[in-house]
Amino acid sequence: MYVYDAFDRTLVTERVAEFRDQVARRLSGELTEEEFKPLRLMNGVYLQLHAYMLRTAIPYGTLSSEQMRMLAHVARKYDRGYGHFTTRQNIQYHWIKLAELPDAMADLASVGMHGMQTSGNCVRNITTDQWAGVAPDEIEDPRLWAELIRQHVTLHPEFSFMPRKFKIAVGTSAHDRAALRIHDLALQMHRNEAGETGFEVMAGGGLGRTPFLAQTIKPFLGKRDVLSYVEAVLRTYNQFGRRDNIYKARVKILVHDLGPEAFAKEVDAEWQNIKEGSLALDDAIVGEISSRFSYPRYETLTDNSREFVAARKVDRRFDTWIGNSVANHKTPGYAIVTLSLKPEGGTPGDATAEQMDAIADLADRYSFGEIRVGHEQNLVLPHVAQRDLQAVWRALDGIGVAVPNVNLVSDIISCPGLDYCSLANARSIPIAQEITRRFHNLDLQRDLGRLHINISGCINACGHHHVGHIGILGVEKNGEEFYQITLGGKADENAQLGSLIGPAVPYGQVADVVEDIAAAYLELRQRPDELFIDTVKRTGVEPFRERVYAAR
Amino acid sequence: MTSPLEQKKIKVTGPVVVTANRVGDGAVIYRLTEGWTTELGGAVIAIDGASAQRLMAGAVADDLGAVGAYVAPVKLLPGGHVRPGNLRELIRLGGPTIELPTAAAKVLEKNPA
Repeated sequence: MYVYDAFDRTLVTERVAEFRDQVARRLSGELTEEEFKPLRLMNGVYLQLHAYMLRTAIPYGTLSSEQMRMLAHVARKYDRGYGHFTTRQNIQYHWIKLAELPDAMADLASVGMHGMQTSGNCVRNITTDQWAGVAPDEIEDPRLWAELIRQHVTLHPEFSFMPRKFKIAVGTSAHDRAALRIHDLALQMHRNEAGETGFEVMAGGGLGRTPFLAQTIKPFLGKRDVLSYVEAVLRTYNQFGRRDNIYKARVKILVHDLGPEAFAKEVDAEWQNIKEGSLALDDAIVGEISSRFSYPRYETLTDNSREFVAARKVDRRFDTWIGNSVANHKTPGYAIVTLSLKPEGGTPGDATAEQMDAIADLADRYSFGEIRVGHEQNLVLPHVAQRDLQAVWRALDGIGVAVPNVNLVSDIISCPGLDYCSLANARSIPIAQEITRRFHNLDLQRDLGRLHINISGCINACGHHHVGHIGILGVEKNGEEFYQITLGGKADENAQLGSLIGPAVPYGQVADVVEDIAAAYLELRQRPDELFIDTVKRTGVEPFRERVYAAR
Repeated sequence: MTSPLEQKKIKVTGPVVVTANRVGDGAVIYRLTEGWTTELGGAVIAIDGASAQRLMAGAVADDLGAVGAYVAPVKLLPGGHVRPGNLRELIRLGGPTIELPTAAAKVLEKNPA
């Protein structure tokens, strides 16, 4: 992972001092709320229903165990003993006091963490694949490029007052695990015919009120040109993005209105002016950033040792967990372990301070001190030796993060919803909780197979409901909570927006509807291994609509 | 700068209070004639637009004490009890409708599986 140098540490420390002064002036009345609000937002401080909320950045979802321990400490000391991992690989604390924020931020800064640019009209956390650096199918580690861009856009004066927020994602595997196409800007690495690696640049993705998938504006961008081209995109957005209407201010509206070709032309015109300038990346710059990334010194091990294979045969629960939560690693003898933060009846993505501490300890012992956060709101231990998997599993099981439901129906992605969020129209967490109770039976979950449910408590779509296999959107009708149901959404390289299946259903019926949809799938699938999403693609939503609305 | 809310005429269709979040800790508060309370039962209730407007003016002027003031509906029950007028206000007053993770963790501690 990236190791801060003196410059990075100073920046974060000075930022805390600056914010401490701003808070003091707010509390003394020297600053009005109107003056203070944009300042606190640029540090990730929101006001929610019950309290302030602090969103702390976890750059491209990578954490050290030391950082995880600090997240636990902040949860314990300044919050109510837990944190929430978000769909943008960040963490949120929902009970923070403004007066204590500078101290919380100072604690976070001591391990190089901050909330800079996790809110506000600037470039937000740059996200990537939670298997970055260890996935067998990646071309190279995407986090180098995410870090390059991150450094460039942090406190960039030209891009601190954009029309609206701007979200960037980077991927280097053919299989997109980072939902690239729902981002304002996405960089997808390819290898061309000459064997060179470069990026396909896609722009204009985003969900919310007007969902769009990103479109390709440049099929192959050389690595040397990454920063200058991103700069050109941001400048084009800054120049032409709408500032008169908050609902039309995202770059997706601009790309849609101009069309991707015209947008690409504007970007290119700007890019031609700057591509040979100081933003051109030479090997020295890339090497400098690259050198600050530390990688594990893996042992030379082999896959599937006799002991490992035997252990799987002997312990069925262990074997089930391996089959569900453990993925192949690019290095022989190692494995990628997913920790499910989706226990039955729990809040998707929440972890207690105790769990965080335990996970930090396990990371130190078994994962070279490194943890990842995925946008699916689960955690990952990315460097576990196969020979340690049984010990790791027992420990994870002991702290409740080894439910073998990853990618199954109870592995729900959900925003915090009306229980926490001032933007929400309806609750999302209790909906998720009830669904997990209905699908309590893991055999049934395994029979249903890969099935992504995404729940959003309002049209802002922080739960990414548009791209869920089953998408659930909370709305308010005459003071009551209702939920629109969509089917067929996908967030990967074949990204697709889901289709509405019918009128919104009331709060009390949502879990019933999901059960009906699951039952319909079991009847409609051609073979047991035809995935839910493929069945929906084949049959369309009509048979599901009929089933759900027949009795309603 | 005066809030746009001060300039717009406030229409109320039932009893309302003015509510906001306390600056120091973000706690939910309700407007009194002067100052704020965390107890909904003690809040000043407005039954027409003019009195709601006056309450809001005082609330908005208190930039040091409160942030994000707005008019929220309440229900008046027999016996003088005041209840939140919608689900959002119910949640603001009573907290999340779900068990917080630490509560579950504490139960597990006491009753290990």
